Amino acid sequence: MPHPLLSVEDVSKSYDGFKAITNLNFYLYEGELRTVIGPNGAGKSTFFDLITGRAKPDKGKLDFGTDPAASHDLTELNEYEINRLGIGRKFQTPSVYTEHTVWDNLVLSLKGPRGVFASLFHRLTSTDRDRLDDILKTVRLDAKRDWKAGLLAHGEKQWLEIGMLLAQDPKVLLVDEPAAGMSDDETDRTGDLLLSLAGKHSLIVIEHDMAFVKQIAANGVVTVLHQGTVLCEGKFDEVQSDEKVREVYLGRGKHGTR
Amino acid sequence: MSAPTVRRYELIAVTVIALLLIVVVPLLNANGVISHFDLSRYGKYLCYALLAISVDLLWGYTGLLSLGQALFFTLGGYMHGMYLMRMIGELGQYKKPIPDFLVFLGWERLPAFWEPFASFPFAMAMVILVPGLVAYVFGYLAFRSRIKGVYFSILTQALTYAASIMFFRNNLLLGGNNGFTDFKFILGHSLADPATSRWLYIATAVAVLLAFLFCRWLSKTKFGLVQQAIRDGENRVLFSGYATAHFKLFIFVVAALLAAIGGALYTPQVGIINPGEMQADKSLEAVVWVAVGGRGTLLGPIIGAFSINYLKSWATTAFPDLWLLILGGLFVLVVLFLPGGIVSLPARLKAAWQKLAARSARKDRDSPPAPDSASAKS
Repeated sequence: MPHPLLSVEDVSKSYDGFKAITNLNFYLYEGELRTVIGPNGAGKSTFFDLITGRAKPDKGKLDFGTDPAASHDLTELNEYEINRLGIGRKFQTPSVYTEHTVWDNLVLSLKGPRGVFASLFHRLTSTDRDRLDDILKTVRLDAKRDWKAGLLAHGEKQWLEIGMLLAQDPKVLLVDEPAAGMSDDETDRTGDLLLSLAGKHSLIVIEHDMAFVKQIAANGVVTVLHQGTVLCEGKFDEVQSDEKVREVYLGRGKHGTR
Repeated sequence: MSAPTVRRYELIAVTVIALLLIVVVPLLNANGVISHFDLSRYGKYLCYALLAISVDLLWGYTGLLSLGQALFFTLGGYMHGMYLMRMIGELGQYKKPIPDFLVFLGWERLPAFWEPFASFPFAMAMVILVPGLVAYVFGYLAFRSRIKGVYFSILTQALTYAASIMFFRNNLLLGGNNGFTDFKFILGHSLADPATSRWLYIATAVAVLLAFLFCRWLSKTKFGLVQQAIRDGENRVLFSGYATAHFKLFIFVVAALLAAIGGALYTPQVGIINPGEMQADKSLEAVVWVAVGGRGTLLGPIIGAFSINYLKSWATTAFPDLWLLILGGLFVLVVLFLPGGIVSLPARLKAAWQKLAARSARKDRDSPPAPDSASAKS
């Protein structure tokens, strides 16, 4: 077994006494597409906050890098340093720069120097332009490149943010509910896009929509979070048939007990 | 309107205004059409325009509402004022080689920190360094601690308030509540000479033009994109790998320097600088200029500073007691009915005109067909 790209070991985090994450263990391997599901309040978004440096764990280890000798301790880094290591995040509610054009949104996200003085004299190369053109085609916003991002429909904003993530070319993509607010057709295409990224990138996708989870988790592992800890982990079918999972999550609707 | 047309209009507007302010106004003054009093008044407004640009760079472009920009303006004014005080020489009331207020406080010799201010280049370096350093230290602490929104505004207001209390004290040896005044010479030229004030005015107008061009360039760079992205979604910027605190610190220092240059040009033209200029309400007034002129635009703050101060000098003589009410009322009106400020007025009028034209066209169509239009149809 290779060394994991991202190791989360025995991590806990509480807010004012509420235990959002409790003794969580989680390993992500290079090129993997991992799906994370769980009922509301299971700690999914806090999990992303801990990885991206928005929140610091009360205890536990968060290590990034496949080489154990040169791995990075994420608990000691802040948001932008973690991003520069190659961890990109898409938020649950689409967060794009509403007053900027679609094109400028991507320019700001494009991988490259991030310093103040570099930004003063920054010029796009023709390679950069080609890359942005490709991304625009991938997220199907080619025709709206000069639109202000604030004018896009909800689903398009989701796509733009995915495009912004692609422009960063991160090693790991953390994607929080990408299909929210999308039509069935758009959801399907989002799934295909995420599947096509696995291999070159590693992904963790948080999702509620079970049809979508089934699509993207066809070959990968599904992790079920419950009350801030891993309830079970496995193939989609295994997870779906797991008694505990049915109890806390999938079965709720069927039995109507809770 | 397409982007190139807008750009051409902007270029024409800026060229016309720049020529008017830098060439035509001084020429009219030289020919006696514009009085020396009015010219120095316009010079003062242009100094305020630099302060307004400084506020807008932070508030309009970065989403940082600073309520303390007048502090940097006044610091710049004081640094230049120290040079001008040294240039009085022995022509003061007491006929001593040190400034009058020091004689009054019982000083026989010049305090050491006053010595180098006899040098104009040194004083100009201090105009940049002192406000720049204050802005850097304050900004470093504030942005590192991630102080945002209203807390940032309150802190900047507190900073300028604290500084004004300090400057009111005589033992700071900067003139106490009277500040500096009675200036005589700048670079060997008498300040009483109309030609000197004309050149000071021209220097101010050129400074405003350069500040405008600099900010325009800045807003088109990637830095400008990041700056405006911080305004609209700082988290996204942070999670895209940008150290937003560094960007905010940079722009905070740049804005302080623009205000300081405005202050340095203000002192010789107005002839006085005192701690009243850094009191809390001065910074608030500058925010009103920007709101009225048009926040988040480059022409807006210049137009706002100029027009409100023009209005102020008229209203404070015509209705001295009502000025603050007029200013407050104007602010409320603009916020409610013209959120884009004066610069958005042409576009608003055009839209209203088109709506009106469309409505009257519809009325024509709906009204019973006139005989000739009926015959044309058949």
